[in-house]
Amino acid sequence: MYAQMIKTAGTGVKSREEMTEQERAFQDKIDADIKIEPKDWMPDDYRATLIRQIGQHAHSEIVGQLPEGNWITRAPTLERKAILLAKVQDEAGHGLYLYCAAETLGVSRDELTEMLLDGRMKYSSIFNYPTLNWADIGAVGWLVDGAAIMNQVPLQRTSYGPYSRAMIRICKEESFHQRQGYDAIRKMAEGTPEQRKMAQDALNRFWYPSLMMFGPSDKDSVHSAQSMAWKIKINTNDELRQKFVDQTVPQAEYLGLTIPDPDLKWNEERGHYDFTQPDWSEFFDVIKGNGPCNTDRLAARNKAWDDGKWVRDGLLEHARKKRARKVAAE
Amino acid sequence: MKNEWPLWEIFIRGQHGMSHRHVGSLHAPDAEMAIKNARDVYTRRNEGVSIWVVEANNITASSPSDKGPLYEPSESKVYRHPTFFDIPEEVGAM
Repeated sequence: MYAQMIKTAGTGVKSREEMTEQERAFQDKIDADIKIEPKDWMPDDYRATLIRQIGQHAHSEIVGQLPEGNWITRAPTLERKAILLAKVQDEAGHGLYLYCAAETLGVSRDELTEMLLDGRMKYSSIFNYPTLNWADIGAVGWLVDGAAIMNQVPLQRTSYGPYSRAMIRICKEESFHQRQGYDAIRKMAEGTPEQRKMAQDALNRFWYPSLMMFGPSDKDSVHSAQSMAWKIKINTNDELRQKFVDQTVPQAEYLGLTIPDPDLKWNEERGHYDFTQPDWSEFFDVIKGNGPCNTDRLAARNKAWDDGKWVRDGLLEHARKKRARKVAAE
Repeated sequence: MKNEWPLWEIFIRGQHGMSHRHVGSLHAPDAEMAIKNARDVYTRRNEGVSIWVVEANNITASSPSDKGPLYEPSESKVYRHPTFFDIPEEVGAM
């Protein structure tokens, strides 16, 4: 889950009477769980919202490589290095699957990239936090990928065929990400007192930013209803956040680590944990561009794009020349 | 001139003697690079033993609005299925 605060295009959910005949047929298909495919008719607002959502999701996968890439050369063992390298490579793959899904809606890959680079499109707030030490890499896999899975598993059932298929591929690989993270942080939690302290410190810093990944509370998510009717959003933000907390608390207990929330407690009546909401003013501030790493992340993506230009152009030119030579020989 | 790499559709044969199956798409400057990229993007966990790449604009697809004329005629031809015919039990498996 890497899409947050997606503004749903349009004017909200229409009643059946307000819909045109085409819109009614479209909604009937969605209600019957029939997938919408690229060449099928779809409302312009559905298309626009999906481009925003899938695009932001793709950007998050790509920018998400940066905090982890930071530790590839400094992983504590060769095995951890190989694992982290494989994980970061997966994230590039996930970005690609999603860009391709977005492209079926009529936007080009380069257009999407340019919108990320000039700030018109966003990526998940979580990647604007730094990874300060090796324990953070464990915490990212365990918590950040754990939160991502919460959202991505239901999205496998989303109404748009290419998006659904991309999510199915991604979910297959994502479980490796969370497990390697938990394994890495477990090693530290069970290690020396210093390592234990680092593991606790990483949990302290990543807990609330991970809760923010699900986006603002339902009462502040004005656009959810239409996206849910279109089945491009399956659960509400608060539902998923609760599920994440319920799942993660016992995992932290197993490690002997403490969730940095003094008010966290099991609520017998609800059958869920009660917990403290993250600081939403911090969230909106990070989204606006004022997080610890926003500037670095965008600068790194822009540099990669600019520095890679001669390679992209060169390979294309080489392909053109080769084709011309072949035609000449025939 | 727009310098965007063309889009390629990727087909992969899985391990089990199956036909090539569409798995997704990617951008690459030429067919050779498309195969290299497909290997990295779509077969990182032994998902395939063979790759086909086809430039996307070489694919002609049927239109969703042709669904009726294309597929409806076969709906009334139930005799094309083996289950249409009753075979006496005494005859045995057929």
